[in-house]
Amino acid sequence: MFSLVRSMWLIFLHMFHKRETYQYPEQKAPLPARWRGRIALTRDPDGGERCVGCYLCAAACPVDCISLQSTEDESGRRYPEFFRINFSRCIFCGFCEEACPTYAIQLLPDFEMAEYSRQQLVYEKEDLLINSEGKYPGYNYYKVAGMAIQGKDKGDAKNEEPPVDVKSLLP
Amino acid sequence: MTNFWWIIGGVLFALLNTAAGLIWVERRMLALWQDRYGPNRAGPFGLLVVLADTLKLFFKEDWIPPFADKIVFVFAPGVVMLSVLMSFVVMPFGPHIIVADLNIGLLFFLAMSSLGVYSVVLGGWASNNKYALLGAMRGASQMISYEVFMGLALMGVVVLSGSFNLREIVEAQRTMWFIVPQFLGFLIFLVAGVAETHRLPFDIPEAESELVAGFHSEYSGMKFGMFFIGEYLGITLISGMLVTLYFGGWLGPAFLPPVIWFVIKTFCFILLFILFRASMPRPRYDQLMEYGWKVLFPLSILNLLVTAAIKLWLNT
Amino acid sequence: MPIINIDNKNYEVKEGKNLLEACLSLGLNLPYFCWHPALGAVGACRQCAVKVFKDADDTKGRIIMSCMEPVKDQLRMSIDDKDARNFREHVIGWLMTNHPHDCAVCDEGGACHLQDMTVMTGHSYRDYHFTKRTYNNQYLGPFLNHEMNRCIQCYRCVRFYKDFAGGKDLDVFAAHNHVYFGRQQDGILESEFSGNLAEICPTGVFTDKTLKQHYTRKWDLTSAASVCQGCGLGCNILAGERYGAVRQITNRFNAAVNGYFLCDRGRYGYEFVNSDQRIKTPMVHHGPAEQSNGIPILEHVHHRIVPGKTIGIGSPRASLESNTVLKELVGADNFYLGVSAADHDLVSLSLRLLRQGPVRAASLQDAAAADVVLILGEDVTNTAPMLALSVRQAVRRIPVAAAQQQVHLAAWQDAAIREAVQDDKGPLFILSVQETKLDEIAQGAWHTAPDNIARIGYAVSHLLNDTIPEVTGMSEQGRDIAATIAKTLKSAAHPLIIAGYGGGSEAILKSAANVAWALHDLGIDAMLSFTVPECNSMGLEMLDGHRLESAVERALNNGVDTAIVLENDLYRRLNQHSADLFFSNIKSVILLDHLYNITAEKATIILPAGTFAESDGTLVNNEGRAQRFFQVFAPATAVQESWRWLLQVAAASGHTTLSSLQHLDDVVKYIAATYPQFDGITTLTPDAHFRLAGQKVPREPHRYSGRTAMLANKNVSEPKPAEDEDTALSFTMEGYRGEPPSSMIPFFWQPGWNSVQAVNKYQVETGGPLHDGNAGKRLIEPNVNGHTPFYTEVPEPYLPLKEHLLLVPCYHIFGSEELSIHTPGIAARMPAPYLLLHSEDAKRFQVTEGHLLHFMDNGHHYTLPVIINDTLQQGVAGIPVGLPGMQIAEAPQLIKV
Repeated sequence: MFSLVRSMWLIFLHMFHKRETYQYPEQKAPLPARWRGRIALTRDPDGGERCVGCYLCAAACPVDCISLQSTEDESGRRYPEFFRINFSRCIFCGFCEEACPTYAIQLLPDFEMAEYSRQQLVYEKEDLLINSEGKYPGYNYYKVAGMAIQGKDKGDAKNEEPPVDVKSLLP
Repeated sequence: MTNFWWIIGGVLFALLNTAAGLIWVERRMLALWQDRYGPNRAGPFGLLVVLADTLKLFFKEDWIPPFADKIVFVFAPGVVMLSVLMSFVVMPFGPHIIVADLNIGLLFFLAMSSLGVYSVVLGGWASNNKYALLGAMRGASQMISYEVFMGLALMGVVVLSGSFNLREIVEAQRTMWFIVPQFLGFLIFLVAGVAETHRLPFDIPEAESELVAGFHSEYSGMKFGMFFIGEYLGITLISGMLVTLYFGGWLGPAFLPPVIWFVIKTFCFILLFILFRASMPRPRYDQLMEYGWKVLFPLSILNLLVTAAIKLWLNT
Repeated sequence: MPIINIDNKNYEVKEGKNLLEACLSLGLNLPYFCWHPALGAVGACRQCAVKVFKDADDTKGRIIMSCMEPVKDQLRMSIDDKDARNFREHVIGWLMTNHPHDCAVCDEGGACHLQDMTVMTGHSYRDYHFTKRTYNNQYLGPFLNHEMNRCIQCYRCVRFYKDFAGGKDLDVFAAHNHVYFGRQQDGILESEFSGNLAEICPTGVFTDKTLKQHYTRKWDLTSAASVCQGCGLGCNILAGERYGAVRQITNRFNAAVNGYFLCDRGRYGYEFVNSDQRIKTPMVHHGPAEQSNGIPILEHVHHRIVPGKTIGIGSPRASLESNTVLKELVGADNFYLGVSAADHDLVSLSLRLLRQGPVRAASLQDAAAADVVLILGEDVTNTAPMLALSVRQAVRRIPVAAAQQQVHLAAWQDAAIREAVQDDKGPLFILSVQETKLDEIAQGAWHTAPDNIARIGYAVSHLLNDTIPEVTGMSEQGRDIAATIAKTLKSAAHPLIIAGYGGGSEAILKSAANVAWALHDLGIDAMLSFTVPECNSMGLEMLDGHRLESAVERALNNGVDTAIVLENDLYRRLNQHSADLFFSNIKSVILLDHLYNITAEKATIILPAGTFAESDGTLVNNEGRAQRFFQVFAPATAVQESWRWLLQVAAASGHTTLSSLQHLDDVVKYIAATYPQFDGITTLTPDAHFRLAGQKVPREPHRYSGRTAMLANKNVSEPKPAEDEDTALSFTMEGYRGEPPSSMIPFFWQPGWNSVQAVNKYQVETGGPLHDGNAGKRLIEPNVNGHTPFYTEVPEPYLPLKEHLLLVPCYHIFGSEELSIHTPGIAARMPAPYLLLHSEDAKRFQVTEGHLLHFMDNGHHYTLPVIINDTLQQGVAGIPVGLPGMQIAEAPQLIKV
């Protein structure tokens, strides 16, 4: 019984406490770096698209709002032919970022994406691609993976030996 | 005779505006106690949120579920409004501001406020929805139980004042407010009053976290609005009764007119109701019933007996 | 049946299996790489290690490779044993030391056996921190992509390519830790079965190159059970669609038909579905139908249908449903089979031989189980490729049985048995017009003119049964050949005689039937296999109709106002002259087809028909097996099944019986009720009302992605998904998640088994039939009544004539088929038109290799470069069939040069 009265008193005292509310939009809230907001496609340190069109983000997406088509250039480097996110369906869960093996897809601390028309919330690759490495500077997938692309032949990746000479009989 | 109509009109106008205004008051007060601002965008201090809310309720689709018992479904929200408003008939807002100065005013209040349970039961039943029905059943048992010792607790006041007439009860407090001799009775009536209006912490018939919205789960638009307003009117009624019965009604120093004293006192209790909501957790249903029957009921009988005994002793 | 104890639980298993097969058949999960149900076990990958115990008291046990250990009664083993698990985890750790970890850019990802097995063993962190070995890749042609870095050295590729499919140009090179699987140098893989490497390879070394052009993960494909349209064998396939285009064809296991494999034409010949020559809207006078006077398209059609003056021309590449509805619409008197004279003669004869004779038609798996094979006049590799793969298995029956006697090992002991067999081959005899690819494994291969082949066939049957007249005027060599073949056939248990449309001669078919029937009369379980040219040739022939030439004659006699042409390019059925005559003598042509071709140019009205991927229907293969194929996806355009168009036309014109039919089930029921020869096709698949746990069977896997985004560029509000009213399949991912009936499995997937290897979980036992039986139903059964209707009219021998050549058709796996050449990779492997000549004939006509030879055939002028081929008989010339710009296939005929 006393505890009830005490808690009523304590709650009553909150009348004189400072208010925690941010008066958005006049006053912006500081967002942490790992805030899960607007989704972007980042670039690797050489400025190339990081996305290799592996479809893992699309598969991970619980609302199925990511759709893409992978393709490759003459040198065998893969990239998305189109990459579409329907933000009117997106729940900003961040699974796509977690699934991405190349750090290409990243959620940024920006949530001010409201539109008057739902159609405007469909973002294509041009809308998603940013000129930055995002949260993971320095990472370049093709420097690690075994595929040969323009300017990186077999054996040139990190921790790789030069290609085997099949015709050699040396042990 | 014109005076009578003025009083009715004035009381009705004041009550409905209070009920609507409480929407804003409650949200602002809750926000204050929770370190927030509450509605502060529409109009000065966000006051126009009342208007916005009312408009919204009017324009919302007033949907009657196809599986509901239509007549009862429509009828139920009216009952709560009617019964609460009828209770105000006997409430003395000032020495002469009273709609009907009945000599059994207190009994009339008890009778009318207990009719409110019909709205809960009928609304829940007519919705034909299991959550609504559960809410209605809870509401029925809760309100009937607390009705019993609510009446008993008030008998102390009747014993002291020797009258059922509310104006006379107020007059009887000229020397001393009944809160002093009837402190226990006041506490019991307060608890029973909260339960009667099914406000938090005793909002068991609604219990959002358990029953969606309890007996009014299926209600929308202005029908929901009636339940909503009925609840705020209930708060005002119980607050008003508390003031009348225990805090000397309109009595107060002469620098303010009596009616203002009544309003100030009532408002304090309304704030107390909101503070309850802000600070107290909802008890379990069985605990609520146990508390009522095993604690409050004996206490209210005890209170009546002791009061009567002392009165008898003093008189002899 | 032996009882073995696995992890303290007793199981009854089948004798003669190895422990891995036993475990997988019981539904237990045990990882493996090198073992394959069709290839047997070699114990190379060390992945399927289990522990076996001496007896119940033995707690120590020993680790063995389960694929190398036969099942033994009372054997105690443990899969879950800690040591065994550790061992397996370490093995995969080692296999992964050099794996490039490029799953994100690997086409196998998501359907990768290596991924599945890595998860199954629990290996998750890499302990190896040194450098990785790398390889350079090779160009392997238009069908397969090569990425050697991903190799885990399981040897499956060479075991399939060399040992199973008889390829010669894929092998293993180099030594120890850098063995290399590839060709001696860059180049196109020669085998017709190379595409299977994409499924055989447990990881992404060999991947489907056509899939790479429009890459989609397996989980994103909308798939359905289908039947290959590439030839008459009716191999079961799974077709996968994404964004409105067919992306990939994979094998659909059917123990009675194609088993685990497909030929490259079947696997890659699907791209006509995505061709830009597709007809997508109804057209009237080559303009879109909407702009045509505002009259609905069906009204246009209806106006042109004049009773008695309207004929229907069926198609061997259209479903049974479409053909039947057309026949009913125009009436049996006005229904013509849209096949060339030669094809009609040969296929109808084949049907007659199978129906009237006492010998059954062999399925592909029956063929693989034959012990002696005689091929008469057929280049099987090009006319029915998967049958050639079966023949390659059949020639191993006798040597493998002999080796098993010798070394006392089960047949699945692949390496040991191959070592014992060496190069021994069972008896295979080939009589063909020219050298064929199977000659290399034949005990005897002889090349001569079609009539001479038939003569040897007759001679063999005479040696088997005296009542068949002796062939007079045979050469010494011919008599020897016949004697050898007859002697071997007599000793066979399950001999198989193959003939068909490729030989171009009715006499050959008759002689083949004679041989098989004679063997049957000797009490030998003989089998016949007649190849047919197209996917529904047999079904169309069973439906029966008039010859196409009589339609031309009727048109010339002003008997035809309108011709409804069903999925057919008549310029591939008639020679150009006749086809032109036909079209110029009729008022309007209503064409239902999916590709714009020469016939479409002549059409008044074109209705866009669905390909196999946009249609439901039934096909009858060369064996007489009716099989259902399901629509893969709902097209966004006006394209719909031909039978549906025809039903709508029938409804618009108030046809009495057809008006009441609406869905596939109605049509199928109607066919079965009206045509007794198709009795039973209602039982091919469950009907549209079939539900599992109240749900339909989903065409999309549960991981299907992008549903709320794939059409968002057009409209952010998602449209209602298409509903399938014809079948019990749904076009979405919602539905029953368990195992559907075998005839409608849309994809193979089981928890933990994302790759094609998941098929294990759908089988009664590894390599055995699917859980509720093989899909399809045989409609033709032999007529065993004690009387065998032998043929007696032996053809005259072919002798070269001066100034003349006998033109014989030459078929090509890549090129002779109408639809598959729309795949760029197949078009690239198509030969240029040529004339095959013997060097003596070349001398006679004073030409050499590459020279152009000019001749005339049925009013059509040919100028073709000469290719010298000395395996031809003198006086015989080969001419390719079906290549764009070539004339139609005709029976062997003399031409004057």
